[in-house]
Amino acid sequence: MALLKATDLKIGYSNNVVFENLNFTVNAGDYLCVVGENGSGKTTLIKGILGLLQPYNGQVEYSDGLSRNHIGYLSQQQKLSKDFPASVSEIVMSGFLNNRIIAFNYTKQERNEAMRIMQRTGVDSFRKKSFSELSGGQQQRVLLARALCAAKKLILLDEPTSALDPLATAEFYSVVKALNKEGMAVIMVSHDITSAVRNASHILHLSSDSYFFGTTHEYMHSSFGSRLLISDCPCDACAHNTKRGGREDA
Amino acid sequence: MLDIFRYPFMVNALIVGILIAVCCALLGVVLVLKRYSMIGDGLSHVGFGALSIAAVLNISSPLYLSLPVVTLAAFFLLRITENSRINADAAIAVISSSALAIGVFVASINGTNINLQQYMFGSILSVGKSDIIISVILSVFVIAMYLLFYNKIFAVTFDEDFAKATGLRTGFYNTVISLLTAITIVVGMRMLGTLLISAMIIFPSLTSMRVCKRFISVVITSVLVSVFCVVSGLLTSFTVTDVPVGATIVIFNLAVFLVFLLISAIKNAAAKKNK
Ligand SMILES: Nc1ncnc2c1ncn2[C@@H]1O[C@H](COP(=O)(O)OP(=O)(O)OP(=O)(O)O)[C@@H](O)[C@H]1O
Ligand SMILES: [Mg+2]
Repeated sequence: MALLKATDLKIGYSNNVVFENLNFTVNAGDYLCVVGENGSGKTTLIKGILGLLQPYNGQVEYSDGLSRNHIGYLSQQQKLSKDFPASVSEIVMSGFLNNRIIAFNYTKQERNEAMRIMQRTGVDSFRKKSFSELSGGQQQRVLLARALCAAKKLILLDEPTSALDPLATAEFYSVVKALNKEGMAVIMVSHDITSAVRNASHILHLSSDSYFFGTTHEYMHSSFGSRLLISDCPCDACAHNTKRGGREDA
Repeated sequence: MLDIFRYPFMVNALIVGILIAVCCALLGVVLVLKRYSMIGDGLSHVGFGALSIAAVLNISSPLYLSLPVVTLAAFFLLRITENSRINADAAIAVISSSALAIGVFVASINGTNINLQQYMFGSILSVGKSDIIISVILSVFVIAMYLLFYNKIFAVTFDEDFAKATGLRTGFYNTVISLLTAITIVVGMRMLGTLLISAMIIFPSLTSMRVCKRFISVVITSVLVSVFCVVSGLLTSFTVTDVPVGATIVIFNLAVFLVFLLISAIKNAAAKKNK
């Protein structure tokens, strides 16, 4: 079943069209990686999907009972104010609010769930600290934990590992993978193309004048994918690729 | 000291003052953290313009004109602030000085006996029955809103994009906040004056943010600071004749702010020593 369907999407800023005629579908349980060079429109697309930016043309349809309340989101740019008085757990728990009408307090179940997520994202050791006193990577982990609290059916992550250390990055990928196995659809923007093809079921590659959308397998054999994936492609189908072992042309 | 309860105007002023103090503090936390502090300032000047016009037109209660005008202005200013293409600071400054000028102009040409001084600096004597009724209703709304939606207000204030993307009706919360701010300002400015009401909104949360590091403690401390300053200001201006209430309250706010600043400096120094 399609959760999300983009048809003839055209999005941009006042007089600058970032892309047009974009079509793709995300089904329940899909893991879509959005790749492409800087400025190709990945963040713009995520904002379009979330309704933070109105498309000029075309539409993004939510179906199969998906609504905003089921979505978790981690943005690329944090324009949060530096001195905001908030503890880490206050921020993480605020991810639960999308399913509440009246919200003065959190339920026991939500507290336990938050605790579990904070442990998995390595946030629990500083959960009583003030958000503004954390390092950039710690802050990113906190916002990841919040996104995980909010996600029920779909999670959108815009370069979630950009500030994480290698260990936290690996742990993060495994958390997302596990969630995905439990049926959560994932849309992740990433520049880490190797782990993108290792984990994702589908790839959307944006570039200045065209785009690619298809399964990871199709991608690796496309003109988009094979250019970038000459070296360690983990897939058997790519054994025929004789140019193995070098990416000096990249 | 207990003398004051024999003067009905003083009792009225205390009731309205405390209620407005609570509202200003609660709304102020949101406005300051969302970087909307200037909206309060702009609205109070628009309120001044509306009050002058109401007085010239001889409208029975000036609230009937100033309440709708300031509410409209609140929606308008919020729109401006949200639209990143407009330079919001400049736009608000233009609106507030224009409104002030229109108010002064209207009040002067007619040669009416409008007391400009009273509008600028406020007066306890201007607090009437209708103010009490409105401020009771207002504060019940503001407090109820905080109790019911505390966490959502936190989420919308902390990160509006995330809140919107994950299904919170941010437009609704912004509208409610600006509506309540408009009413608070209109009611509060009669007692505190145009020039000082915005200080009542900004000071308490700035003060508490010196020391408090969690949202809930900032909210509670702001309310306490705000009420303390209003009550002390009222009592002082009652005992010391000829001191305007508004200015006294702001001076108390400034004093408490400086004390909190000192506390945080001492705390920081102590933390450094321990390291
Ligand atoms: N707020 C904005 N106003 C106008 N143009 C913008 C705005 N944000 C982005 N753009 C333009 O839209 C294009 C796409 O930007 P976008 O942020 O979507 O790129 P991206 O693929 O996310 O890049 P990166 O890998 O650096 O995150 C860029 O050419 C950029 O100049
Ligand atoms: Mg981006």
